[in-house]
Amino acid sequence: MFGYYLDLALRSLKRHRALTALMVLAIAVGIGASMTMLTVMHILSGDPVPTRSSTLFFPQVNPSPAPGERHAPFDMMDYRSATELWSAHRADRQALIASAALKLNAPGVNLPPLMAQTLSTTADFFPMFDVPFRYGDAWTAQDDAQRARVVVISDDLNNKLFGGADSVGRTLRLKGADVRIVGVLAPWRPSPLFYDVAGGRYAEGQTASFYSKPEDVFMPFNSGQDIVGHDYNVFTCWSTAQGSDLRTGPCVWVMLWVQLDSVAKVGAYRDFIAAYAQQQKALGRFVHADDTRMMSLLQWLDFNRAIPGDVRLQTWLAFAFLLICLFNTVGLLLAKFLRRSGEIGVRRALGASRGTVFAQCLVEAGVIGLLGGIGGWLLAMLGLWLVRRQPVEYADLVHLDVPMFLATFGLAIAASLLAGMLPALRASRITPALQLKTL
Amino acid sequence: MQIQPILAALRKYRLATLLIALEIALACAVLCNACFLIVSRLRQTQIDSGIDQRALAVIKLSGFDEAGSIDLNARMLDGLRRIPGMQSVGAINAVPFGQHAGTAGITLDQAGQHFGGVIDFYLGGPGTFEALGLRLVAGRAPQADDFRPLNHFEPDDAPVMVTRTLAEHLWPGADPLGKEFWSDHDHFRVVGVIASLARQDGGEGGPETIQWSVFVPAQPGMYLAGNYLLRADPAQLPRVLRDARAAVVKIAPDAVLDNQASQTLDELRLRYFRADRAMAGILLGVIVALLLVTALGIVGLASFWVTQRSKQIGIRRAIGATRGDILRYFQTENFLIVSFGIALGMLLAYGLNLALMRFYELPRLPLLYLPVGALTLWCLGQLAVLGPARRAAAVPPVVATRSV
Repeated sequence: MFGYYLDLALRSLKRHRALTALMVLAIAVGIGASMTMLTVMHILSGDPVPTRSSTLFFPQVNPSPAPGERHAPFDMMDYRSATELWSAHRADRQALIASAALKLNAPGVNLPPLMAQTLSTTADFFPMFDVPFRYGDAWTAQDDAQRARVVVISDDLNNKLFGGADSVGRTLRLKGADVRIVGVLAPWRPSPLFYDVAGGRYAEGQTASFYSKPEDVFMPFNSGQDIVGHDYNVFTCWSTAQGSDLRTGPCVWVMLWVQLDSVAKVGAYRDFIAAYAQQQKALGRFVHADDTRMMSLLQWLDFNRAIPGDVRLQTWLAFAFLLICLFNTVGLLLAKFLRRSGEIGVRRALGASRGTVFAQCLVEAGVIGLLGGIGGWLLAMLGLWLVRRQPVEYADLVHLDVPMFLATFGLAIAASLLAGMLPALRASRITPALQLKTL
Repeated sequence: MQIQPILAALRKYRLATLLIALEIALACAVLCNACFLIVSRLRQTQIDSGIDQRALAVIKLSGFDEAGSIDLNARMLDGLRRIPGMQSVGAINAVPFGQHAGTAGITLDQAGQHFGGVIDFYLGGPGTFEALGLRLVAGRAPQADDFRPLNHFEPDDAPVMVTRTLAEHLWPGADPLGKEFWSDHDHFRVVGVIASLARQDGGEGGPETIQWSVFVPAQPGMYLAGNYLLRADPAQLPRVLRDARAAVVKIAPDAVLDNQASQTLDELRLRYFRADRAMAGILLGVIVALLLVTALGIVGLASFWVTQRSKQIGIRRAIGATRGDILRYFQTENFLIVSFGIALGMLLAYGLNLALMRFYELPRLPLLYLPVGALTLWCLGQLAVLGPARRAAAVPPVVATRSV
């Protein structure tokens, strides 16, 4: 029966080419626009560590000594709080993070010095965030403790400096210090660059930078203190009275990420940071001891409104557009089905039930949806190509993956069936007698 | 033209009429708000930077040893000044549309009780005030002894120039000259008021704060090094900047030139607003596609109606209606449907604007957009229906006599 309906549908579509083209175009444009934006949304709102994002947490304390009204912890921590919490080793895994741009050159490589984005972190960073290695391996906790002059470099940097060869054991010069490469990462592009996300609520929706590439050089946190000095990127300072040492200064610039494998451990860690803040208050270092907070990774991304405001706006726009295209299709399908009133009247008179007429009309709508889906897919490819040409950090991430490819056709057919519902119902209600009289 | 019979006919096609009207309503809502978004985005890109943008460029260095900053400044200032066509070179911490370097909260009293807002500090060496081309509206420009050395990121007891907007925000109605403010322990005294000077990296706290900046005269040194403001004749500026970039390799081989930041101010501004222009472009594309789809919908449905009613049209023609009568009939019908859609659409547009105001901190939709949107859709409707209506008018009266 379905085959017969399909045949009828194709015949009917062929008969009114212009009207068919209009409907297919309307669906295609609507699907193309909404799938372009949905794909961007899908890519930007994905889980950056799918294997264990629910066990990653971001503890925060408020080290500000000013008795002001501030009742929210800073987005980063001061050196002392971060390192003391880290040293307690109360979590299953824990990583300190601080970033800096440093001058880098590679002895024996004929390239001018460049400014490299570097991340000072601790050994747990790599297993905790599932960072893939191409050559060599991460440094050890012992390297952290001994302030070893070792680094792990990104695949990008390895390609740029060493043409993609195994560079483990080679030396780099970072701001005057010689460091030895112990590992080279495989291509790694978390979306967003979750561990660096901070300050999103001050960004006025301009959060595209959260989707930039990971740093090029990773080094042990303690070695970083020796090499980087006060060139670290500082989030903010609660006072301008700076000492010579960033580590004792009034600034927040270190982040702590912890992995907690069970709910009980999460609760215990919350208690731990609360107790730490109380203890620091007793020592006179903190004023706001109750200002502690620990969000999970995904909560933290939400809190920072990681998805750029423009992308959200465009997604709503695309849906409004799809809706208008649907209204359009409903109107055109109505015209199309009712134009065939005579034919439907004959079918009804020959014994077709309302249900069969309804099904036949829906099959026709579905075929239009399928055609519109093909058009929409092509338009979405064009739209994504345009997005990739935009000067935004996430441009290189944007592509149509298999789920979104299937979703394109799913949405197209679902939309056209929905649009076909009302006209099909109308068509199935045609009274045969009235139509036959006019024949 | 009588409206009564048209309404009676439309009643027969209630569903189709409603659909077209709803489509028009949605289109109207999206059209008004999208136009408003485009205009507000483009208006943002028009802000007055307050400086002689066309004559300015920036050279930014990084990766140099901080201990050698004073020496680096001396070498750079001297070396860059030798470039033919260079009118002035000065050390500055940041420029509008560049990376932000001096953002801090200020208070209006020493105890830090009366918070004034988060503002941007421009720290400039000798000559930069004039090079920027800042327009003084009250008080005085920096003098030679105003340029004091920095012992951290802000100088102490500095005489500063504030923008008119900031002065009005901090001391509404009062004369800002001689007023004081503090940033943590640092004390500043207002000696001049400048017409405008845009913030370094957009307004933290909305577009009304875009002019919240002060100019602080400062001596180049350890905390003011590596970023240089160049001024040259606009016609020569690209060449001067190219020469300057080439010269840096020889003057400061120990530093790395920041290629992204070392640009003319025009180029920096262009890049700064790229996302806004891209968004405006996308919105414009959506509007065009939207109008096209709506027009196609009207054409499709109107053609259907014409075919359906060809017999009735024939009868009307047979009993004396002119071609013009038939044409006007369909035009009036379209006008009525579109008007109904627009009436609904205005309510929708208002609702959509409320949602945008809530989630995107957009201002209220000015009422002017509604009649403009309505006019656009009326025109669109008339244009779309013209084809089918002409076809209807071409139906010969003889049709009436067929198959009766």
